[in-house]
This record gives sequence, C-alpha cells and structure tokens, in this order.
Amino acid sequence: MASNTKPAFAPRDRTWHPKGLTPAYNSSVLRSPKRALLQMPTSLSETSGPVFGHDMLGENDADMLANAVVDGDPVGERIVVSGRVLDEYARPQAGVLIEVWQANAGGRYRHIRDGYLAPLDPNFSGYGRCLSDSHGNYSFRTIRPGPYPFPNNGPAWRPAHIHLSLFGASFAQRLITQFYFEGDPLIRHCAIVNAVSDPAAVDRLVARLDLDNAVPFDALAYKFDIVLRGREETPLDAEHG
Amino acid sequence: MKKQLKETPSQTAGPYVHIGLLPDVAGIDVKHHGITGHTGLKDGTPITITGVVRDGSGEIVKDALLEIWQAADDGQFADGHNGFARCHTDFETGEFRFETVKPGPVAWTDGSSQAPHMTLMIFARGINIHLHTRIYFADEAAANAADPVLNAITAGRETLLAKPDTNSNNSYRFDVSLQGEAETVFFDI
Repeated sequence: MASNTKPAFAPRDRTWHPKGLTPAYNSSVLRSPKRALLQMPTSLSETSGPVFGHDMLGENDADMLANAVVDGDPVGERIVVSGRVLDEYARPQAGVLIEVWQANAGGRYRHIRDGYLAPLDPNFSGYGRCLSDSHGNYSFRTIRPGPYPFPNNGPAWRPAHIHLSLFGASFAQRLITQFYFEGDPLIRHCAIVNAVSDPAAVDRLVARLDLDNAVPFDALAYKFDIVLRGREETPLDAEHG
Repeated sequence: MKKQLKETPSQTAGPYVHIGLLPDVAGIDVKHHGITGHTGLKDGTPITITGVVRDGSGEIVKDALLEIWQAADDGQFADGHNGFARCHTDFETGEFRFETVKPGPVAWTDGSSQAPHMTLMIFARGINIHLHTRIYFADEAAANAADPVLNAITAGRETLLAKPDTNSNNSYRFDVSLQGEAETVFFDI
C-alpha cells in the first residue's frame, strides 16, 4: 500500500521534551540511557494501539471526591479539572483514556511506599480515570493536592501537581505527564519541572484557573489542555475523510 | 500538512505511579480495573516473560512500571485492548512478569514481515520521558535475521532478545538495562 511507505508519525521533538539525563533531578542520573535513541519509522506495531471503552470505567472513576468515600467528603479544596485533548494538527482526540493520580490535600499519597508525615485522608485515594468525548473534551472532580517534600540533591519540594497518563488511538501517542497550578511559587524551584528546558514548554504544563467552569458554592475549576502526537495525513486518508 | 501545536511535554511517572495505573499494587481497591499483566490474548502459544530492570550502577529498579503492546498469534492487532498488558517491578525482588501468547509476524512499512515482537514501554521515577523498546525472541533466529528493525541496530541487538528458559516451557527471560555496558537499545519511533 503506497500510503504505508510514509512515516506515519514524525519523530518527537526531543528538545521540547525533557532530556533523559537532567542532573539537577538526581534520580535521572543512573536511569537515563547513554546511547542515542535509535530512530525508526513507525509501523503497524506503533500506529495501532489498545482501545479502551466506557465499559472500562467504574461509576465514580471521574469523581475523585466520591470514589473513595468511607464516611464523609475528602478534606481540601474541591476542584473540577477539564480540558481538551487535541493532536499536533489540532484535531480533537476522542476516546482517550486518561488515568489520574495525585497526593491528598496534605501532600500525602495513598501508597504503601509513601511515609510522609502528613496524614492520609480516609475518604480520598487519589485514583481516577476518564475518557475524552467525541470532541476531545474531558473532565474530572478532585481536591487540589498539597505540595510535599522529596529527597533530591538534598531536601526539595514538589509543587502541587496531578499526574496524567494518556492513550491516543496509536501506541506511538502514549504520554505520561504532570500538570501544575497557575501561580504556584514552587514551580520554578522544582528540578522535575525544570527538566523541561524551554519556558514555553513549562508553561504548557500549568493549568489555568477557569472561573467560568467553577461550580457556584461548590468547586473551583482549572483548565488543562493536552496535545498528543499527530499522525501525518496521507492523501489516501484525506479521500476517506 | 504542517503541525500547528506542540505536544504536551512529558514528565516522570514518579514513584507513586501505581496509584493511577495499578491501584491494587498501591493498596487501593478498585473494582473492575481491567488492566493487568495478562494481554488477554488466548489463541496461540501461551508464554510468560519475566525479568528485571537495572540502573547504571547495576542496581535493580523496584519502582518501575512496564507496558507491552503486541499482535495476536496471527500477526493482527486485536480489537479493544487485547494485546495490551501492564505490570510493575516487584517492590522486594524487582521482578516483573507478563503473561500472553507469542505474537505472530507483523507487516513492515513496505508490506514485508517483521519478526515476532512486542513493543515495551518503561516508566519510573527518574525517567523523564518513557523509554520505548521491543522484545524479540531468541528462538526466532530466521525471522530475526530478516527483521528490518533488528538489522538497523549496529550494537546491542542481543539486548532485545528474550531468552527461552531452559527449565520451564514457554517461559522467557528479558532483562532491561537502563544505562551502562549492557544498555538496552531504546528507540525514537
């Protein structure tokens, strides 16, 4: 097939993403490859990908205020996070599985390996999932996580952040990232954020206050738009819309 | 067609990745999570792949998360998410384990065949952008010799070959080295 001879995805812009080795983030020093990555064209192995449907989602997966409740509401600032998933050609990405994890309002993770002294919240797990709709829109409810300390080159603090994992239609689009909150003074001090060298790229990791979507007398809102890699359109694809 | 937007930058999955991606491992009870270390593929030869991930000092990485994506036995990609599996490296032993079937040959860009393989992605604290590699099978010598991706590798080809376990049928060993002498070949695909 002629359209198959063309690389379906252009290589990632590795100057825009964080490099593997970023010595200010200590954990990267022994965990980053030293050899150059080998560039290969995408084949069916990467243009295909797992598809996750609504049958994957539990009733309250997208409502982290509710999905771990034992005897009351979780502690912290109630927020709605929403945004749009597009590709690099600005095409909406439907059916993207977004997996979410975060610390609680005190900066503590519900994880058997987190021993930070801030208390666990019995009504909050920090686990969530949602799917983007046919326009690429997604949304989930949660509490705003707290900052927390971590060992780096000496003691350091993470700005408040939420982790997101995304699956596009192709496995080549796979992405895991974190977003931060507009105005957090810890952002500029964080070695993990600063692994991204271009300030314009860092800016893309910052969710904006979104008062229009706030729920009156209930929850504030933040907007975080996401861009996944885009597949080059071939003339054949264009004919078939 | 020109790109209009830049991709959202990657950030490390961090040490608590299990909460979101394998909640039961973190100690969170989620009903019907639906993603496990088994690809869900049933037809064909059942196999297991186990291994460890080592860092640049040779230390075993105990907080990594791994994902595979592969074709079915007939070389076709299944509908839904059969063919996808996810597991973690054990907090005590560092070992990971996938259960699946041996994949069939997948078409290359020119219509010829690639040797049986699976795509492997690795996420962990300290990994700023996930590492992308492939698992091939050492007992597919003829197919491997004709594989366009393996043949593009000048050094380290053997790092992509899962080795049959001589003590156990249909079990393979695949160890990953993030950095150093035996560094696994990683791709930019």
